[in-house]
Amino acid sequence: MTSTAPAQRRPARFRPALPSTLTRASGLGLGISMLWFSLLVLIPLCAVVVTASEGGWSNFWRAITNAQTRSAIVLTLEAAVAVTAVNVVVGTVIAWVLVRDRFPGKGVLEVVIDIPFALPTIVAGLVLLSLYGKDDSPLGINVANSGASVYLAFLFVTLPFVVRMVQPVLEELDLEVEEAAASLGASRFTTFRRVILPSLVPAITAGAALSFARAVGEYGSLVLLSGNLPFTSEVASVRILSAIENDNPEAAASIATLLLLVSLATIVVLDLLQRRISDRG
Amino acid sequence: MADLSTTRRTRGPVTYLLRVVAVVYLALLVVWPVALVVTNTFADGLTSLRGLFEDPDMVAALQLTAVAALCATAINLVFGVSMSLLLVRTEFPGKRLLSAALDLPLSVSPIVIGLALVLVYGGRGGWFGPTLEGWGFQVIFSTPGIVMATAFVSLPLVIREVVPVLREIGTEQEQAARSLGANGWQTFWRITLPGIRWAVVYGVVLTLARSLGEFGAVKVVSGNVLGETRTATLAVEEKYLNFDVEGAYAIAFLLASVSVVCIVVVQVLRSRADRH
Repeated sequence: MTSTAPAQRRPARFRPALPSTLTRASGLGLGISMLWFSLLVLIPLCAVVVTASEGGWSNFWRAITNAQTRSAIVLTLEAAVAVTAVNVVVGTVIAWVLVRDRFPGKGVLEVVIDIPFALPTIVAGLVLLSLYGKDDSPLGINVANSGASVYLAFLFVTLPFVVRMVQPVLEELDLEVEEAAASLGASRFTTFRRVILPSLVPAITAGAALSFARAVGEYGSLVLLSGNLPFTSEVASVRILSAIENDNPEAAASIATLLLLVSLATIVVLDLLQRRISDRG
Repeated sequence: MADLSTTRRTRGPVTYLLRVVAVVYLALLVVWPVALVVTNTFADGLTSLRGLFEDPDMVAALQLTAVAALCATAINLVFGVSMSLLLVRTEFPGKRLLSAALDLPLSVSPIVIGLALVLVYGGRGGWFGPTLEGWGFQVIFSTPGIVMATAFVSLPLVIREVVPVLREIGTEQEQAARSLGANGWQTFWRITLPGIRWAVVYGVVLTLARSLGEFGAVKVVSGNVLGETRTATLAVEEKYLNFDVEGAYAIAFLLASVSVVCIVVVQVLRSRADRH
């Protein structure tokens, strides 16, 4: 990290004065890449916002404040906030255990962390259903078709984000500072709170932002698990899909625009934080 | 290094408490449920898996998933590597904004992605859709739409892996190669690509795993036509809802094992690259 820090910092400091360094070949490459990126991502996302605004402010407002939709949005946001809070605590604990603890089978945990990211979301729903969604569940817990299932599915799919952001930062942390704090008489808890935690905060926040954004848009893992019952276990994505299926693209685009604004806000926060992390080098 | 000094310290009760919390949480949330899917798949031997490969509709679904995932991965490989080079090695106005926008697909709901593609490429009332269909090119409810949706959701994964490595290796070797007379193409193939090859491999494996499993966006753009636009993930839902639970578990197991193999490959490559 220390060796790359100057290289990273220099462009940042001089950026305003830097002219474009595109050659003819790289300019062409940029052009083609931007064309594909626009066709695939930018124009379609603009189409969502434009379609939402076609009906005017009142239609947009009516679409997102429809009683069933509002209850779905509230459930989605509540569950996303709660799950993100759990991830902040448990994710940091897991990252800590992975970096600082040593015990047989730790390598398996490394793989387990990534399973929710790599598993197809529909399979994730099926997986959770096998333990938490049947009357003959080995644990005697059945959350299928209830509001709790939304929390459970969000917990599963957002598991890796905080862990994977915090882990590398924790690995690079200088142990000498902690030892100095300890030798000056600080207890373990004080060392953690005053020395370790401050340097983890940007990474934890970035992980939290990613996990929040992921939860807000989650759909696949809920299909089989939550039953999509109106006012109970229906989330915002499901409302968008039913609007599409009812051939009401304006309403679908309105709810989608709301979700897009939430993701956009999250991205901005994330970008600012990552800039701060890399500036610290 | 870090490991050595931690083991030298005594382990307090807190260490064990944290270890138990982490292990129990992961066991309850991930390990146990995944293990149950495996045991359910093999509850009656290999019959459900064999049944899968004897059903022509299922074979078609698996083929479609494979084709869409491979196309999307190939597109994102080329796009990701060239975009990473541009972001790290060149300066142009709006670079910061572009770099942030490239992360968008990770935090946009799959359903919104599907809707966005339908609004532009839909044959009925889309922005470009009717024109394209006039030329005989159907996107939505057809394979190109599925490929686009898949490429959209996995777009940033290669870039996120390659950009940090490109930054770290610097430009000295590239400049040396150029001063010795190599052209841009030779420099890329002989110097830059070998330097970033592990990052590219991780990116590709992650993209492939994500592409094979995409569900929400594909559901919106595919129309789910049996044997034509039904992917493996859509078949899991349909089989489960039609009370063919064994069939659903069999496909789920197949998809889950591919993605688990993908992660294990990434982990092994990563630890090997760390050692070198």
